[in-house]
Amino acid sequence: MKVLTLNFLTCAVKACKSSSDSFPLHPKDAELVHDDVEVNAQLLTNLLHRLDWKALRTTATELGFPDLPETAPTQEDLENDEKTLKDLHNLLIETQMMEGKLVCGHCGHEYAVREGIANFLLPTHLV
Amino acid sequence: MSSPTPAHQPQPQSDPALYESLNVHNVYSQIAPHFSQTRHKPWPLVSNFLLSQPPGSLGLDIGCGNGKYLDVNPAVYLLGSDRSPELIRLALEEGADRKSAVDGSKARGREVCVADGLALPFPAGRADFVISVAVVHHFSTRERRVEAVRRLLECVRGGGKVLVYVWALEQGSSRRGWDEGMEQDQLVPWVMRRNQPKKNKDRDRKEVEGEEGKEEKTFQRYYHLYRKGELEEDVVSAGGTVVDSGFERDNWWTVATRP
Repeated sequence: MKVLTLNFLTCAVKACKSSSDSFPLHPKDAELVHDDVEVNAQLLTNLLHRLDWKALRTTATELGFPDLPETAPTQEDLENDEKTLKDLHNLLIETQMMEGKLVCGHCGHEYAVREGIANFLLPTHLV
Repeated sequence: MSSPTPAHQPQPQSDPALYESLNVHNVYSQIAPHFSQTRHKPWPLVSNFLLSQPPGSLGLDIGCGNGKYLDVNPAVYLLGSDRSPELIRLALEEGADRKSAVDGSKARGREVCVADGLALPFPAGRADFVISVAVVHHFSTRERRVEAVRRLLECVRGGGKVLVYVWALEQGSSRRGWDEGMEQDQLVPWVMRRNQPKKNKDRDRKEVEGEEGKEEKTFQRYYHLYRKGELEEDVVSAGGTVVDSGFERDNWWTVATRP
């Protein structure tokens, strides 16, 4: 599961959806792997406006990556600055969470991640 | 060869979630590899919908099964979820060596997770589009089907499009023979042939000897067969607006938006 995907996941418990604490989910005991993937500058540039940058900063820090700048790079930044593009590509596309848990900051529920697959099925008492 | 097991009509259920667990989820768990082998060709209308999305769009495939739609448009970021852990595992494994069905480019690697359609892990209003193909008809009450559509609509931003496909009741020309006016709630047999003959220890399931010593095992999946206009009614009940709809290959489909 790519770090990019973590930017689009929240708690599956209905009551948590309205709480800002439920997003992003917090990785715990995360085992990361790095895959070499060819840079797709167009996809990254086009996806920029879909990212929640604040959440991504939180996720990056929690996964032990260097702090991201406070504001998201612009499309022009990515087009003109190869390092920014490569760093983002490395974090969002090439870094995969294979094992561990994703924890909701609101209800505290922990979703297991095994072999790169997060399981959001809820126990009966949380449905 | 054994003769096909006729479809049965399910009895009214006091616990629809439990009913679906037994008559949908458990069945997919057991037939996943065989089911997946028969589900590789994307339907043209769904592919066209995916290819019409602008580059860099964020999409969700709710009930993605073995993930056959995830690689269709490499220019969008499409996340898949399914209730079946077995199918999600297959989606990931097959994604590792599949190429895009459209342009032959290597798949980027699939992004999938296990989730229930009524408890999705996606933040409200973030996705540009959603597809849900052959999924909503597995919910066993109208209330739950409308709720499932509502959850799909919640995922998209204002103006974002949701494509929903469901099996039609009106399929007089198909081998199943259902048509207008017939019972809409059906248990539909899935016949699976096993290569290794095995003693039948489970008396609840019908199991017969096939030719050459092979066994066939029949599973019954629950479906609600949609009549004409019903999917649009469910979309409206879920708070959505129908922007397009039609019939293709024994299925009703609709494209919906939310206000």
